[in-house]
Amino acid sequence: MSSLPQILFLLILGGAGYLLYRRISYLRQTIMLGKPAARSDHPGERWKTMALVAFGQKKMFKRVGPALLHLVIYISFVVINLEVLEFMIDGLAGTHRIFAPVLAGFYTVAINIFEILALGVLVSCVFFLIRRNITKVPRLSSAELKGWPQLDANLILWIEILLMLAILTMNATDQLLAYRGVAQYIPLGGLWISGSIQWVFEGMSDNALLFWERFAWWFHIIGILAFAVYVTYSKHLHIFLAFPNTWYANLEPKGKMPNMEVVTREVQLMLGLQAAPAGNEPEPAEVGRFGAKDVNDLSWVNIMNAFSCTECGRCTAECPANITGKKLSPRKIMMDTRDRAEEVSQNIKAGKKGLDDGKSLLGDYISQEEINACTSCNACVEACPINIDPLAIILEMRRYTAMEESGSPAQWNAMFQNVETSFAPWKFAPSDRFNWASEINKEEK
Amino acid sequence: MNNTTYQVPTMAEKAAAGESPEVLFWVGCAGSFDERYKAVTLAFVKILNKVGVNFAVLGEEETCTGDPARRAGNEFLFQMQAMSNIQVLDGYQVKKIVTACPHCFNTLKNEYPQLGGNYEVMHHSQFLQGMINEGKIVLKGGGDFKGKKITFHDSCFLGRANNVYEAPREVIKALDLELVEMKRCRSKGLCCGAGGAQMFKEPEKGKKDINIERTEEALQTGAQTVAVGCPFCLTMMADGIKNKEKEKEVHVLDLAELIAKDQGL
Repeated sequence: MSSLPQILFLLILGGAGYLLYRRISYLRQTIMLGKPAARSDHPGERWKTMALVAFGQKKMFKRVGPALLHLVIYISFVVINLEVLEFMIDGLAGTHRIFAPVLAGFYTVAINIFEILALGVLVSCVFFLIRRNITKVPRLSSAELKGWPQLDANLILWIEILLMLAILTMNATDQLLAYRGVAQYIPLGGLWISGSIQWVFEGMSDNALLFWERFAWWFHIIGILAFAVYVTYSKHLHIFLAFPNTWYANLEPKGKMPNMEVVTREVQLMLGLQAAPAGNEPEPAEVGRFGAKDVNDLSWVNIMNAFSCTECGRCTAECPANITGKKLSPRKIMMDTRDRAEEVSQNIKAGKKGLDDGKSLLGDYISQEEINACTSCNACVEACPINIDPLAIILEMRRYTAMEESGSPAQWNAMFQNVETSFAPWKFAPSDRFNWASEINKEEK
Repeated sequence: MNNTTYQVPTMAEKAAAGESPEVLFWVGCAGSFDERYKAVTLAFVKILNKVGVNFAVLGEEETCTGDPARRAGNEFLFQMQAMSNIQVLDGYQVKKIVTACPHCFNTLKNEYPQLGGNYEVMHHSQFLQGMINEGKIVLKGGGDFKGKKITFHDSCFLGRANNVYEAPREVIKALDLELVEMKRCRSKGLCCGAGGAQMFKEPEKGKKDINIERTEEALQTGAQTVAVGCPFCLTMMADGIKNKEKEKEVHVLDLAELIAKDQGL
């Protein structure tokens, strides 16, 4: 037998590896546009969060229906990829089902399990397509998904369906060839799922079967490699990023906003709480922007959050502002952050101006109206199955608006003034603050 | 007619007498100024008196924690407020704080340590639950409430922000009331619409106000009482009920008011 298929396989594998390497470096650079963030404390708790939330899918089960369908695809993804190992060895060594003689009876059991899972994936993907395109679940068909996001979502489902059909076609034709005694093909003694579709191929000649078997084999492996590259352009990145995303998630109480140290230094000086910095202390670094106007003002965790988002919209479905018809959608905050980060990164790659392209995340992607509508209720953060934090981005943008542009809504500016002068958000005389106490022995029924 | 004379000692008075109270009651701006919410402050102080808790308030020395400024983006103003409050609190060597406002609670508990203010901070729901569990408050039950339906509206800053879901429910269950939950409760509770400094401005354009959405859900439970544990939630829910013209049948009450009523205070 010629070694041409092996050479071809090696070339395809190498090509896919190269493309993946380039894409991963690009994604890494894009995420690192963000500022540093210390998120490596309490490793034990972080591993636990990752195990429960990403690996164990704990938060998915707040909605049982989709969670079960998703679980099938997730388990299948992990398990069926074991078979890819055999594909790789067979492809490189020119063998066929190299594990079959080694594992003997267990091999048939394993392939049967793979087939059942493949069928499960098929069924789940069909359900997902129906939810997205026919019954139109609101969070999966809202306006912000128009265009690429909607196409991306459907493509992923169709690609998965085709990949599963390829496995079943391959096994069905492979076993027909084996029972006809064609060399190299090994009878496995009964595959349930692919066995039940063998009737489609039964009338074919040996050569036609060989063509279909080889076609399905190549389609499956090239398909998987191409899908791996596609994923790096897609919202589907969550299959990998969900893991680091949960590991680096915020462990503090959700109500706690991070402190701005630069502000602390200035306020301490202003209140005379701190002497001027002593000679041996390092000068505080150049004060950057307060809050966030663009992606580079956010932390790398915020940007990784954006690349991890699979646009399921559970955040937006729980957002009180969005539910009552305001413009704010936490999912859109994440999608915008990703789009802007990619735009800047591609600008830089193309040798253009990068961040100084006259655009910014706040203003060109996200409007003041959106960030002003947030009640900081944390419903979006709670709802996210992989611990993405849209609120952190919104609050950083409010900081930029208030402190760099004095652009907060007029009523907030009035509230700021009240706090400054009356020490309460409402305009009351501070000397009246304790008046309530005089009522305590008066009011009676 | 209740003949007890209630005391509201201030930290300054206690300090002058050389005493340090066991706990500081942080009243908050709504508790000090809001006409409706002052009743909650009074109810809680009466409970503290009745139980005999050695407490004090800051009185005129208290100022805004800075929460609304921080949530609206004004970090400078927040830190100014926080640092001067911390100076006052540390000046009195305060160790333990109880407050009825979840926004003050969250800020004092989670955000003051960033600036050097470290205190044991409790929400009044946790404090009341503790008093009930220790037998210091013995609820009578019956009376006005007996067998009536009540629903609890979770405050975001108590619930999701700080994972306090059970303390307010335990307080309600200790009364002789039938607690009926809204569809969106606990970690899925819907905001009243006032968090994140929304209390201090008109909402953005939309189909509906958030408090109306939440009020409709509360009314669907058929409860005669909507219990809250937050001054902003109280305002928003009471406004919603008024908007639906149900204020005669449905009352919005704070947990402290429920206890005070039960105790005849």
